[in-house]
Amino acid sequence: MIGIEHYLVVSAMLFVLGVLGIFLNRKNIIVILMAIELILLGVNLNLVAFSAFLDDLSGQIFAMFVLTVAAAEAAIGLAILVIYFRARGTIAVDDVDRLKG
Amino acid sequence: MEIARSFGLMVPELILGGSALILLLVVAYGGRSVTRAVFIGSATAIGAALIFTVSTVTDNVTGAGAEAFGTQFSADSFAGYAKVLIYLAAMACLAIAPAFLKRFDALRGEYAVLVLLAVMGMGLMVSATDLIALYMGLELNSLAAYVLASFLRDDQRSAEAGLKYFILGALASGILLYGMSLIYGFTGTTSFDGIAAAISGEISTGALFGVIFMLVGLAFKISAVPFHMWTPDVYEGAPTPVTTFFATAPKVAAIALLSRVALDAFGDQVFAWRQVVIFAALASIVVGALGAIGQNNLKRLLAYSSINNAGFILIGLAAATVQGLSAMLVYLAIYVVMSLGSFVAVLMLRNGQGEQLETFDDIAGLSSTRPLMAWCLLILMFSLAGIPPLFGFWGKFVVFQAAVQADMVLLAAIGIAASVIGAFYYIKFIKVMFFDEPVDRATGKATPASWAILIGSAILVSPLAFLLARWLGNQADTAAASLFLG
Repeated sequence: MIGIEHYLVVSAMLFVLGVLGIFLNRKNIIVILMAIELILLGVNLNLVAFSAFLDDLSGQIFAMFVLTVAAAEAAIGLAILVIYFRARGTIAVDDVDRLKG
Repeated sequence: MEIARSFGLMVPELILGGSALILLLVVAYGGRSVTRAVFIGSATAIGAALIFTVSTVTDNVTGAGAEAFGTQFSADSFAGYAKVLIYLAAMACLAIAPAFLKRFDALRGEYAVLVLLAVMGMGLMVSATDLIALYMGLELNSLAAYVLASFLRDDQRSAEAGLKYFILGALASGILLYGMSLIYGFTGTTSFDGIAAAISGEISTGALFGVIFMLVGLAFKISAVPFHMWTPDVYEGAPTPVTTFFATAPKVAAIALLSRVALDAFGDQVFAWRQVVIFAALASIVVGALGAIGQNNLKRLLAYSSINNAGFILIGLAAATVQGLSAMLVYLAIYVVMSLGSFVAVLMLRNGQGEQLETFDDIAGLSSTRPLMAWCLLILMFSLAGIPPLFGFWGKFVVFQAAVQADMVLLAAIGIAASVIGAFYYIKFIKVMFFDEPVDRATGKATPASWAILIGSAILVSPLAFLLARWLGNQADTAAASLFLG
C-alpha cells in the first residue's frame, strides 16, 4: 500500500536533486533551468499528495497556480538566457564571472 | 455584495494592474513614439494608487473590516504603510530612469510597464494573508524584477546580473514554496489565521521544517546573510536606476511580508524562529560591514551597505513586540530615503562623454569640483553610518531601544559594536571626496529629477527631519498595532 510517506519521500528527493543540480552542475545553464523545474515539480507532488491525504481542495488549487508560475518563470529564464548568449557567446556556467569581487 | 466590498479594498492593485495591461498594449502598438506618455501614465497610476492607500495608514484599519476575498487579502494599516513607501520609491525610480536608458539607447516603454507590474506584485505581497496570495504576489514582483535587471540587452554585465538574479531568485522561490507545502500539509490550511490556530500549541517537526524553509526563502529575498551572495553581483551589474529600485521598493515589500508571516502566521511560535532571525541579523550586520571594506566599485559598496541595513531591520523583527515592529518600520522608511539618495548620487556621476562612473577613483576630490553633490553625499553617508545629529541615527536608536526593551541587551550590544565597523567605509567615502587630490572626472550634467531626489533625500535625513520623528513614529505605531491586533 502506497501511503503519504512514499509521496513525501519522492518529492523530497526531487527537491534535493533540484537543489543539488543548481549547485553541483558545472556545465551549462540550461541544466540549471531544468533543476529549477525539478524543484517546482517536487513541491507540486507534495501539495497534491497532502491535498489528497487531507481531503482538502486548496492544495490542488495551489498546485495549479504553481504550474502557471513555473511556465512563466521558464519563459523568462529562457529569454534571459538568450540575451546572455547573444552578449557573451557562451552558456557555460564557469564563464559567468564578469561580476565578482 | 461581498465581492464588491472585496474589490473596493484592493482598488490600488486594480488601478496598477489595469493600467499596466492598457499601457502594455499602448507600447505594443505605439512603439518608441509613445515612450514618454507611457512613463507619465505609469507614474500617474502609481500616484493614483498612492492616493487610495494613504487613508488606510492614517485611519488605523485592521481586522475583519480590512479583509478581502475571505482571508486572502488584508488592506490593513500595516500593508498601507509599506505600500506608501513602495509607491514613493517606485515613482522616484521611474523619474530617474529615462535619462539613463536614453544613453544606452534602451529607452522603451516596457520599462515603465514592468515597474508597474512589480509594484502591483509588491502590493499583493504586503497585503497577502494566505500562502497562495503570498506566492502569486512574490512571483509577480520577482518575474518583473528579473527582466528589469537584464534590461540593457546588449550590455554583458546587465545580462549576467539578470541571469544570476533569475537563478538564485528562482531557487529562493522554490525553497519558500517547499516550506509552504510542508506548512500546508501539517496544518491543513493555507490561510495565516488558520495556520496560527493550527500550530498554537506544540509545533510538529514537519511544520517546524516548513517554518525554517519559509524563513530561508524570504531571507534570500531581503538579502540577509547567509543568503546574500547574489546581492553585490546583481546590484553592480543591473542598470543603476534598476539597482536603485531593487535597493528600495522590493526590500520594503519582502521585509513587510516576512514580518507578517513571522508575527501573524507563526506569531505563537516566536521561539521557533527567533534564533534564526537573530543569527541572520547579526551575520548580516557583520558581513555587510566587512564585505564593503575592500570594494572599489560604489554600487557594490552600497550593495553591502544594504545587506548591513537588512541586519538592523531584522533586529526589530527579532524583538517580536509591537515596539520592535514599529521601530523596524521607522528604520525602513529612513533606509529607503537614504538608499534612494545614495544610489541616485552614483547615477549622477558621469564623465563629459556621458559614460557612467562608479568607482572610488572617480569621486576623488568631488568636494572641490561638485560641492553640492559632495555635501549631499556627506549627509547621506554620515546618516547611513548612524552619526547622531542625522536622522539615520534615529532609526538605529529606535531599533536598539526596542531590542533592549524585549530583554535582548546582548543582541543590541553586539549590533552597536558591529555598526562601528560599518562606519569605516562610510567615512572612507567622505574622506575620498573631501581630502583626496581632485581628479575632476565627474563633469557630466545630471537631470533636474535626480538633483531633486538627491537634495530632497539629503534634507529628509538631515537634523531637520527630527521634526518629523514623532509623526513618523505615530504612523509606524498605528501600522504595527494593526498587524498585532488584526
